[in-house]
Amino acid sequence: MNGDLEEIWVYLSASPLLALTLTLVAYQLGLWLYKKAGSNPLFNPVLFAVCAIVFLLTITGTDYATYFEGAQFVHFLLGPATVALAIPLYQQLHQVRRSLLAILVAVSCGSITAAASAIAIGWAMGASNTTLLSLAPKSATTPVAMGISEQVGGLPSLTAVAVILTGIIGAMAGKGLLGLLGMTDARATGLAMGVASHGIGTAQALQIGSVAGAFSGLAMGLNALATAVVIPLLVKLWF
Amino acid sequence: MVGFFIVLLLCQLAGEVIVIASGAPLPGPVIGMALLFIGLLVKGSVPPTLGELSNGLLSHLSLLFVPAGVGVMLHAELLGNEILPIAVSLVISTLVTLVITAWIMQRFAGRGVDQ
Repeated sequence: MNGDLEEIWVYLSASPLLALTLTLVAYQLGLWLYKKAGSNPLFNPVLFAVCAIVFLLTITGTDYATYFEGAQFVHFLLGPATVALAIPLYQQLHQVRRSLLAILVAVSCGSITAAASAIAIGWAMGASNTTLLSLAPKSATTPVAMGISEQVGGLPSLTAVAVILTGIIGAMAGKGLLGLLGMTDARATGLAMGVASHGIGTAQALQIGSVAGAFSGLAMGLNALATAVVIPLLVKLWF
Repeated sequence: MVGFFIVLLLCQLAGEVIVIASGAPLPGPVIGMALLFIGLLVKGSVPPTLGELSNGLLSHLSLLFVPAGVGVMLHAELLGNEILPIAVSLVISTLVTLVITAWIMQRFAGRGVDQ
């Protein structure tokens, strides 16, 4: 019997089906918990799914490359989904047009704040220069952040970790924190979550509503551009 | 449905090509988003099927970040002995960025739209 089970495991662990199913089941469970908690952003389904999958991969001794063979089908859809953000943006065109100047000022200031505060706080806490350079682009979307990190002398892989963590932090805190401070404008909430927490923030902003989602997607795109301009300048000033 | 999925893929593909050709510091899908946006401006409306497709993709946008998130596991040891400064920096910096961005937007954007 044990031999049979092992054979089944060897077969399944080599096929992408298992990793793909695991990804969807873990997310579905996370989503169920999130809904059970009254759609409380603190019960972030990404965080739950990632923790659950990492736990299972660790206890079964499965490496990431094997897992990714199945999970890549989900990962691949990130590209088309990002393109699809043009649709809510177009549907909110009248709102965007009315506040275009405010959007540009807010995104620029937010972008500078994200990079400068990460460097300053990390420095005050005694982080190494390489770490500071790796943290600086954390609020930009992953490919941009990793590219900038490499360009300024950070560790792109550490940046990738920082980007994901930043996304989850902003998605969990965004609406609650801003609400606590009396900021309930959906445009401002969406924009802030897109600047601070890229696509993961945008995913959560879309749960708030289509206005927040549209502004968040726009902010994510603009912030990618702003971060690419701001970081090399900041690095020149700071280091 | 397939036709509109092709539209999304073509925009992304064109975005990737533009990035490679121009060296723009943006990911291909973000350029693809801009291209689709321009396309919609030209067309003047969102075809209903495209709207449904994008709703389907975007309502579970979170799911699409799970595989990359699991990749964090690979690099968790990079956090190493600097885990405290990194964690504090990420949390505070993200919260400050949220507040500053939202405050400026709300201050200058004129009449608000409540959630």
